[in-house]
Amino acid sequence: MHAMKIKEAGADRLFTIVNYCVLTLVMLIVLYPLVYVVSASFSSSSAVLSGRVWLWPVEPTLDGYRAVFKNTMVVRGFMNTIFYTVAGTGINLLFTVLAAYPLSRGDFRGRNMFMLLFVFTMMFSGGLIPTYLLVKDLGMIDTVWSMLIPGALSVWNVIIMRTYFQTTIPGELLEASQLDGCSDFRFLLRIVLPLSGPILAVIALFYAVGHWNQYFNAMIFLKRAELYPLQLILRDILVQNEINIDMLGDAKTAAARQGLRELLKYSLIVVTSVPLLVVYPFVQKFFVKGVMIGSLKG
Amino acid sequence: MTKLNLWKDITRKWQLYALFALPLIYIIVFKYVPMYGAQIAFKDFNVTKGITGSPWVGFAQFERFFHSHEFWRLLRNTLVVSFYALVASFPFPIILALGLNYVKNERFKKSVQMITYAPYFISLVVLVGLLLQFLDPRTGLVNTLLGWFGLGPYHFMAQASWFKSIYVWSHVWQNTGFACIIYLAALSGIDPALHEAAVMDGATKVQRMRHIDLPGILPIAVILLILNTGQMLETGFEKILLMQNPLNLRTSEVIDTYVYKVGLVSQAMNFSYATAIGLFKAVIGFILLIIVNQTAKQLKQESLW
Repeated sequence: MHAMKIKEAGADRLFTIVNYCVLTLVMLIVLYPLVYVVSASFSSSSAVLSGRVWLWPVEPTLDGYRAVFKNTMVVRGFMNTIFYTVAGTGINLLFTVLAAYPLSRGDFRGRNMFMLLFVFTMMFSGGLIPTYLLVKDLGMIDTVWSMLIPGALSVWNVIIMRTYFQTTIPGELLEASQLDGCSDFRFLLRIVLPLSGPILAVIALFYAVGHWNQYFNAMIFLKRAELYPLQLILRDILVQNEINIDMLGDAKTAAARQGLRELLKYSLIVVTSVPLLVVYPFVQKFFVKGVMIGSLKG
Repeated sequence: MTKLNLWKDITRKWQLYALFALPLIYIIVFKYVPMYGAQIAFKDFNVTKGITGSPWVGFAQFERFFHSHEFWRLLRNTLVVSFYALVASFPFPIILALGLNYVKNERFKKSVQMITYAPYFISLVVLVGLLLQFLDPRTGLVNTLLGWFGLGPYHFMAQASWFKSIYVWSHVWQNTGFACIIYLAALSGIDPALHEAAVMDGATKVQRMRHIDLPGILPIAVILLILNTGQMLETGFEKILLMQNPLNLRTSEVIDTYVYKVGLVSQAMNFSYATAIGLFKAVIGFILLIIVNQTAKQLKQESLW
């Protein structure tokens, strides 16, 4: 940006050195716990228990991962989570586009009123209990619908997408298409959506992260264990420390079981977190767009 | 005449209304019906009689809450933990953005960004799981480290006095990178001519940061701080719930977790009482938001000069 090939003055040099050092330190503080978890998950249980793991795996094994993938609860939870994330995000995108496009049109009569109706729900809500009673009355308790429908739309994301449509789809394009007899359905499908790739990607990621990491709704709405998403199973194991003895089947002695129990936690953390951590760098370059639009609020 | 035109206009654009129907129904059913349902806060709700059929009791549920011995503790915990999180998490994204802005090596910059974003994508369950693993008194890394210096072991998660700091600083660890995006964007919007002129005048980087970058992002920082204040009471309920255990409840029980327990967990489920407590918080939050939005609006106008 600044075309300065001149050697930096003393004060600036010092600043640059300090700056790089501080940023490196920040990076290490964020990275170290993550690296530690990955290394611990590949280490032997005795090494983890005795605190011999620092940076790299010690006495590498796959015992933890074997125990994770042998467990039917975890595997089923994983499958459920994939389903909730894919189906839920699909519904989210559909609802968000359907709401955002009309609201982005200046000639959509009543849009200020509808906007107010939507935005008010961001500021005030009926609360946990009335929402629970509603979901119950709709017969959604203990069904997959309770994971997909109550959170079908985030008004915040509608605002982001509406603003994106308003600022990037030229009005002339609409006028020209209307002269050619293009309907609103067609215009949305053939013109608007193909021009909105980046914002759709960011919004889809935000929704998907929400679904993948969701545990609370599952905890209150689901009763049958076969519908549990991964996070709920994870909560039992990591937070409540409730581990099924069958999961530790291979371990004979109490000490070995204790070791495998810890190892299993690290492996589970890795298995659960890796999918999102692999995906987000691909969408990273669009984050700025999504976050900026959101904060400006149109 | 005008009515007729309006009708014509709407029918001509019926497709827009057809598109909008589904989300509109969703908002009415899942957002406004619960608001209607919140009237059970003023009733003695009975499942068989339903929401409308249950008898009115006025403010009895609220009075019960205000007079209960839990009230002051819940209110204090909620306010303290929200305010602590708000203040502690404010400066770090700004500092990170200011630093990153002076990194010329693109690859290094991208790496720092990518790595600091990562925790944002980790679930709360995993985050709290990590805290429990690292802070474990017997096998945790932190206590192993402290052991070298002859300290501890401390049972951090079981001590009420530690709860708030663990909550807040793990929040900072998780969110600083992502929160920094907006400041980086604001910094890239600063006119490069300002920097060029400053360089001509022999300003150092620290001086440019102090006199160009900081004033440049100040408006957005103030607005964000104000908006976050409005959302203050909304943060962290799901994480707090995960971090709670019987030993730290004294400082970790907040209004939202209490509503959840009274309404959906306890043996004597009391929907009306729980809804009243939730409504009390929703109203406080709403008032806070209105005040704060008014302030932001005025500031926005002022900052335009």
